Amino acid sequence: MGHLAGSERATLNTATAESRLLQRLDPRTRVICVLVFAVCVVALSSPLALAVALAVPATLMLVQGLPIGKTLRRMAAMDGFIIFMLVLLPFTTAGPAAFTLFGFDASTTGIWKAVEIGLTANAIILMVLVLVGTLEPGQLGHALARLRAPETLVHLMLFTVRYISVLQEEYTRLRAAMKMRGFTPKNTLHTYRSFGYLVGMLLVRAVDRSERILDAMKCRGFDGRLYLLDDLRYSKADFTFALVFSGALVVLIGLEVFSGSAV
Amino acid sequence: MALLFDLKDLRFAYSGRAPVLNGTSLTLAPGERLALIGANGAGKSTLLRLLVGLHHPQGGTITAFGRERREEADFHEVRCKAGYMFQDPDDQLFCPTVLEDIAFGPLNLGASKAEAVAIAEEILSNLHLSHLRDAITYKLSGGEKRLVALASVLAMKPEVLLLDEPTNDLDEANEARLLEILLGLPQAMIVISHNAGFRDQLATRRLHLKDGILKEA
Ligand SMILES: Nc1ncnc2c1ncn2[C@@H]1O[C@H](COP(=O)(O)OP(=O)(O)OP(=O)(O)O)[C@@H](O)[C@H]1O
Ligand SMILES: [Mg+2]
Repeated sequence: MGHLAGSERATLNTATAESRLLQRLDPRTRVICVLVFAVCVVALSSPLALAVALAVPATLMLVQGLPIGKTLRRMAAMDGFIIFMLVLLPFTTAGPAAFTLFGFDASTTGIWKAVEIGLTANAIILMVLVLVGTLEPGQLGHALARLRAPETLVHLMLFTVRYISVLQEEYTRLRAAMKMRGFTPKNTLHTYRSFGYLVGMLLVRAVDRSERILDAMKCRGFDGRLYLLDDLRYSKADFTFALVFSGALVVLIGLEVFSGSAV
Repeated sequence: MALLFDLKDLRFAYSGRAPVLNGTSLTLAPGERLALIGANGAGKSTLLRLLVGLHHPQGGTITAFGRERREEADFHEVRCKAGYMFQDPDDQLFCPTVLEDIAFGPLNLGASKAEAVAIAEEILSNLHLSHLRDAITYKLSGGEKRLVALASVLAMKPEVLLLDEPTNDLDEANEARLLEILLGLPQAMIVISHNAGFRDQLATRRLHLKDGILKEA
C-alpha cells in the first residue's frame, strides 16, 4: 500500500475520472477481476501470451486516461524489488549458453525465465494499479469486507489508511521542529542519536494514540464490531465489464495453448 | 432531581507518579453546565477519563446515572449515556468519511443503517456541516475536525456532554456558533476550557481544580 503515503492525491484518479467507466464499476468487481486476472497470468508461460497480458491493463490505462507517467513510475517501483533476481536468473539457471559475461555463462532458458517472470509481475501489478489503485482506500476496505475478507484484516487496513497520514504529519512536524532548531543531518553521533529519538518518539506516540483511539471508540459504545454503512450493488456496467474482461482472459488462454502447441 | 454524576473523594495517580487527584468530589445535576478550570497538567482531562471509566480510581466512589460504577462492564452504559469529546479530535475520528464516523455511535447503540444515516444527516445540518458529509476525515482542517467530532458525540443523543477544550482550533465565527449550539442544548455538560470569555457565557457553575482538589471558583 505504498501509495497511501502519497501526500496530495493518494489514488491514481484524475479529477475528471468520475464519469469514466471504471468509476461506475462496483469496487468488488474490480477486486475480483484483479484476482482472476492474477491467477490466469500466473498460469501463462508463453512470452506472446504474457506480452498480450501486459497489454490488457496498459490498454485499460490508456482508455481510462490515467496519468501514464505516474502509473508507470509506481510499476517501476515494484520492478526495483525484483530487478536483481531477474538479472541474476540467466546466470544461475542451467542450459545452453546464450552469451558469456566476465566468464559467467548466461543460459537461454534463464533469459526466457527472466522474461516470463518480468512480464507476469508487471502485467499483474499494472492491473492492480489500474483497477484497485484508482479506488479510495476506504472503498477498497469496504469491498474487501463485503467479499468476506477476515474482519480483522479489514479493520487493520481501514485503520492504517486513517492513521498513516497522522503518523506522517507527526513525523513531518517533528522533523520541522528539528530543522527549526538548526538540525542538519551529518555523519555524526549527534545525528544518529537525534534520528533515534525521532523514531522512538514516533513509535511511542503511535502506541499512545492507538490506546486513545480505542478509548474514544469505547466512549461511543464500540464492542468489537464495525458496521459498514454503504450498500454496494452490482450494476449493468459491472456485467458488461466482467463479460469483456472474461473475453480478454479467454483470448490469453487461447494464445497460451496455441503458441504452446506450435513450439 | 437525581444527580447525573456524583463523585466522592476520588484518588488517582498514574503509575509511578505523584497523585493527580487527591480526594476530588464533584456533582452534576440535570441541566447544569459546569466549567472545569485549572492549570495545565492539573488533572482536568484525567478527571473526565475517570468519569467514563477509561481509568479507574485508586480510592473514592463514582456514582453515575443513579448507580455506583466500579467494573469495566458498569461503564459501558455510562459511555453510551455520556458523550465525551476528546482533547485531540484525531483520536476520535477514525472512519474514512465524515458520515460513517458520525453514524458509528448510533450503529453501536443498535440503530439500523437507515436510522443511523438519518441521525447523522440531521446532526450535520443542525451544525451547518452538511457540505462535509462525504469528506474524508483526515483531510479536514483542524477546526472542521473538531466540529465533526462534536457532531459524532451529539449523534449518540447523550444525556450528558463531556467536552475537553471544545473551542481549540475554532475561528471566532465557529466559536460563537458552538456557544450558541451548546446553549441551545438541554443536556447537562462538563466543559474544560481555557477560554475565559467562552466559559463565562456558557457555564452555570465553575469549579477550580488545584492540587488534586476541586473548589467552587
Ligand atoms: N498517560 C499518562 N501517563 C502518565 N502521566 C500522565 C498521563 N496523562 C497525563 N499524565 C500526567 O497527569 C497530569 C494531569 O494530566 P491531565 O492531562 O489530566 O492535565 P490537564 O488538566 O488536562 O492539562 P491541560 O490543561 O494541559 O490539558 C499531568 O501532570 C500529566 O503529566
Ligand atoms: Mg487536558
